[in-house]
Amino acid sequence: MPTSEKSQRTVVIGAGQAGFEFCAKLRALGDHGPITLIGEEDHPPYQRPPLSKAYLLGKMQLERLFLRPRSFFEEQGITLKLGTRCREIDRASKTVTISDGTVLPYDRLVFATGARPVQLPDKMGGALKQVHYVRTLADADAMVMDFQAGKHVFIVGGGYIGLEAAAVALDLGMNVTLVEAGPRILGRVAATETSDFFRELHVNRGVKIFEGVQLTKLIGENGNLTGAELSDGRQIDIDVAVVGIGVTPNQDLADAAGLEIENGIKVDAFCRTSDPDIYALGDCASFPMGKARIRMESVGNAIDQAQAAASVFAGTMRPYRAKPWFWSDQYDVKLQIIGLSTGYDRVVTRGGPSAPVSFWYFAETRLIAVDAINDPRAYMVAKRLIEHGKMVDPDRVADIETDLKSLLKQDN
Amino acid sequence: MATITYIKHDGTINVVDVANGLTLMEGARNNDIDGIVADCGGACACSTCHVYVHIDWIERLPAIEGMERDMLEFALDADPKKSRLTCQIKVTDALEGLVLQIPAEQM
Repeated sequence: MPTSEKSQRTVVIGAGQAGFEFCAKLRALGDHGPITLIGEEDHPPYQRPPLSKAYLLGKMQLERLFLRPRSFFEEQGITLKLGTRCREIDRASKTVTISDGTVLPYDRLVFATGARPVQLPDKMGGALKQVHYVRTLADADAMVMDFQAGKHVFIVGGGYIGLEAAAVALDLGMNVTLVEAGPRILGRVAATETSDFFRELHVNRGVKIFEGVQLTKLIGENGNLTGAELSDGRQIDIDVAVVGIGVTPNQDLADAAGLEIENGIKVDAFCRTSDPDIYALGDCASFPMGKARIRMESVGNAIDQAQAAASVFAGTMRPYRAKPWFWSDQYDVKLQIIGLSTGYDRVVTRGGPSAPVSFWYFAETRLIAVDAINDPRAYMVAKRLIEHGKMVDPDRVADIETDLKSLLKQDN
Repeated sequence: MATITYIKHDGTINVVDVANGLTLMEGARNNDIDGIVADCGGACACSTCHVYVHIDWIERLPAIEGMERDMLEFALDADPKKSRLTCQIKVTDALEGLVLQIPAEQM
């Protein structure tokens, strides 16, 4: 007997924001088939962004991280398998074998496996106690234990994770040193203007920042971290280290199953992998955007792509169009980013030098991204301009006398 | 704790009890009331938890502050008199009986 579309068995691997959002959306769209959501961690789906911000600072309780109470999953008939790893996928028999040996049959399989922090090799001291990464609740809880006033924390990597950890550590009364191997902090994701703003913000508060300096190795005694040796010959005494040097997509299981891989699990505009019954979304998926293929590590993408994929499952074949947006909280500063700055050739500053200030990225004459610092109005206006592909005159943006509202009305 | 009424755009009424200390956004999220999206999880970064406050309640809520006001100025279909972001309002006993209208769409 052929299975009707409504009774298809869906298995989702990865219970992060993307996996959760997918299941919730699929149910909301009226799918009544069995849904199983498999997560490696012991917790039901939770928000990760606060782990390097309010949660680490002790200002947000655990219960508030959860995306839904447990009762939601029971009511929705979503079977949660937590503390569970997937061992193997057999595409021929359409089954997933999980860590306790159970074999789960699927009609449709979804990878929402996320990404994991790039590790510091053991020979560089990566296995020492007090060396932390920021990804999971367990990571954050371990950090909280070591984040104590008066201790010296050493942060490897001047990206958003490193800078957010630095801000929390300083607010907790720690001494903070940060090294960035590249020529400037945020060099991979932002213009020099944004880097300069955040360097000054942190240095003024007392963070020591070394750019263009690499960590040679972490030094330890009896497995405990004691110091760091830097490429400029400097040696410093430290108590705690946080490593934030990027993430790598969790694609091994997909790779082993023979799916196409290209900087992540390769999907088309409908979130489909090279196997028509298998989808991928969120941090682990690389998808087409314009002529490029990108992987996006953000909550916004996790949510939107999950919803797009759920709609495809429900029969709406609309291609996924990413609308990138991000945010970061450091001290009392909120950075909101709209768009992707890749390929910019001009940056226009509005306001400043202190916050509120915004940096507007143009490629030729097109506005492609804005970094807005304590400036929600600039962010919201830029969001509308970018999402509607509206043209905007850079000189008018730069002129603080120009009312932001009038940019929306501009008709050239 | 306070009993909060969330009215969806289609007229569906959800009346739920929300514990003190949670935000109005978390009250909606924990009770799976759709229409309050809260993509950023309550960081005042996305404006997708926007609601219209019932006219009787506007003056009785804690005052709107800088970030929230600025986000709302350009939020989708925002009303300068009635619009608030639910992630910025914490529930107290004083909110007993509060009525919120959820907009058709969030940006």
